[in-house]
Amino acid sequence: MTTTEKSPRLTSEGAQEMAPRAIAGGVEVLREVGSVLRISEAEAGADAPADAETTIINMGPQHPSTHGVLRLMLELDGETVLRTKPVIGYLHTGMEKTGETLTYLQGGTNVTRMDYASPIFNELAFCLSAEQLLGLEVPPRAVWIRMLMCELNRLTSHFLFLATNGMDLGSTSMMIYGWREREEGLRILEMITGLRMNHNFIRVGGTAADLPDGWQQRLTEYLDSIPARLEEYEILMTNQPIWRERLQGVGSITTEEALALGATGPILRSTGYAWDLRRDMPYLAYDQVEFDVIVGTYGDCFDRYAIRLNEVRESVRILRQAIEMMPAGDYRTQDKKVTPPPRARIDESMEALIHHFKIFTEGFKVPEGDAYAAVESPRGELGVYLVSDGSAKPYRMHVRGPSFVNLQVLPHLMHGGLIPDGVAIISSVDPIMGEVDR
Amino acid sequence: MADPTIATEAPVAPDAAPEPELLHGAPVVLVHGSPVLHATREQLVDLVRALRDDGWLQCLDVTAVDYLANPHRTLPDGIAPERFEVVVLLISHAERQRLRIRVQVPETDPVVPTLFEVHPGTEAMEREVFDMFGISFDGHPDLTRILMPEDWEGHPLRKDYGIGRIPVQFKDAPDA
Repeated sequence: MTTTEKSPRLTSEGAQEMAPRAIAGGVEVLREVGSVLRISEAEAGADAPADAETTIINMGPQHPSTHGVLRLMLELDGETVLRTKPVIGYLHTGMEKTGETLTYLQGGTNVTRMDYASPIFNELAFCLSAEQLLGLEVPPRAVWIRMLMCELNRLTSHFLFLATNGMDLGSTSMMIYGWREREEGLRILEMITGLRMNHNFIRVGGTAADLPDGWQQRLTEYLDSIPARLEEYEILMTNQPIWRERLQGVGSITTEEALALGATGPILRSTGYAWDLRRDMPYLAYDQVEFDVIVGTYGDCFDRYAIRLNEVRESVRILRQAIEMMPAGDYRTQDKKVTPPPRARIDESMEALIHHFKIFTEGFKVPEGDAYAAVESPRGELGVYLVSDGSAKPYRMHVRGPSFVNLQVLPHLMHGGLIPDGVAIISSVDPIMGEVDR
Repeated sequence: MADPTIATEAPVAPDAAPEPELLHGAPVVLVHGSPVLHATREQLVDLVRALRDDGWLQCLDVTAVDYLANPHRTLPDGIAPERFEVVVLLISHAERQRLRIRVQVPETDPVVPTLFEVHPGTEAMEREVFDMFGISFDGHPDLTRILMPEDWEGHPLRKDYGIGRIPVQFKDAPDA
């Protein structure tokens, strides 16, 4: 906890520092960093008065550095960014509404498409929430497979970040290197789940399948290749004066601001606030593995880059332990309510056939109630809030996407910087628009 | 797990305590191990502020549920069910716990005071609730649509809003 306990010093002109988060109100935070642009399309489109000193321009939605279809309305004074309005919704496809029409078995295919860079986490949060409603215990092997998949997915997601971050800042080689490592990770995900993306591998009650033969060897080879590659990244980027020049001190945020704006994940940790759900509110078997929570100091773009780079190392550590400690046993629960009978039983038993048919057509009923489960995705807290009315489909499914909330930090980070800094900042927030818009 | 049909239904209903505990004037129930507060709209802002001073430093989520098709749900005594329910999710990093606040919002007057003053990070989430459910947040600095186009009619996540089969219209398309 780095939050200072004392009230800010008072001078004859009032408080000169922001109060600690426990005391500071929202108004105070925003007065401190008045950087959010709040105007409508019509106002923005109206002709500016001739003597206006600021211009309003659009960055995106079709801009390579906006990671998909993020549009930023920037109020500029020369090249200095004053206020910013993120305009989102371009990828909105009503997935929360769709989720209400799908059974809990089909729900996975829906949520996995939200944060498409880390689909496993979406599935996991959805399943944990549904399992909370069902009161279901998952067998240990399933827990460890889930954790293994999550960390593998965290690797590919962070490599995607490193690649795009390099690309945004002009290091094209880094883009190629990052894709190379990510691609190898995706091949392993494909070997295990059958798909490179949108796996629908984690199901309510366990996983869709067991790990295939030879997974240890394949994964170990991959993990062995990573440390040397990361050393290359350090040479190529971390130790480069140009790289540091572009990132250090750019887009700083304090712990108080990050907490007030609801930021989680690497953005919150970059301010020196050690909060990682894997360590602090452990789910799966994270309390049985050893790893460090990486924190920054200055809350700038460089810290956010360095945190993700080092989280790759921590994920490698967790994966190595997972290979060692993977228990034997079932990969999904034997609760007949949610798990279909094995294929062989269908040929011998009429009841098994009916049961199998029922599970896949009607789905299984989930008791009435509401539940929220959250996991630490590569971008922060990813939570799923489920309300069940006792039927086989969620009455309401809400996803708390970390990118959606983290995007609110953007105007505050951009304030007072230049447009090229803005490119570095968008990249360091690492928003996935599929999750922002859902 | 032995009896698949009955065994799993028991633990879900909130503990039916006869006299619900009060926290800052709002009844508390424990659901799946985390406290759930049922507050009124008038209580909400003061409650969230008091909780923030107690260490619930971050507001992680503001969302809503439309109970139009499912009015019969379990609520503590004295809480009258309404069509909408706004759900606020807080987290305490010191106690490592989450807390939910459920607020009943009537269909005829869907207005809730904004939490922006206490947690400015609720700005986008409240805009989303407004966009999707048509619930207004009193005092919000910029209550406009966030995911749907500015000129969209209706609120998609309401239960009486049909699903699918809406022709997609592109602005200024020649034959739209």
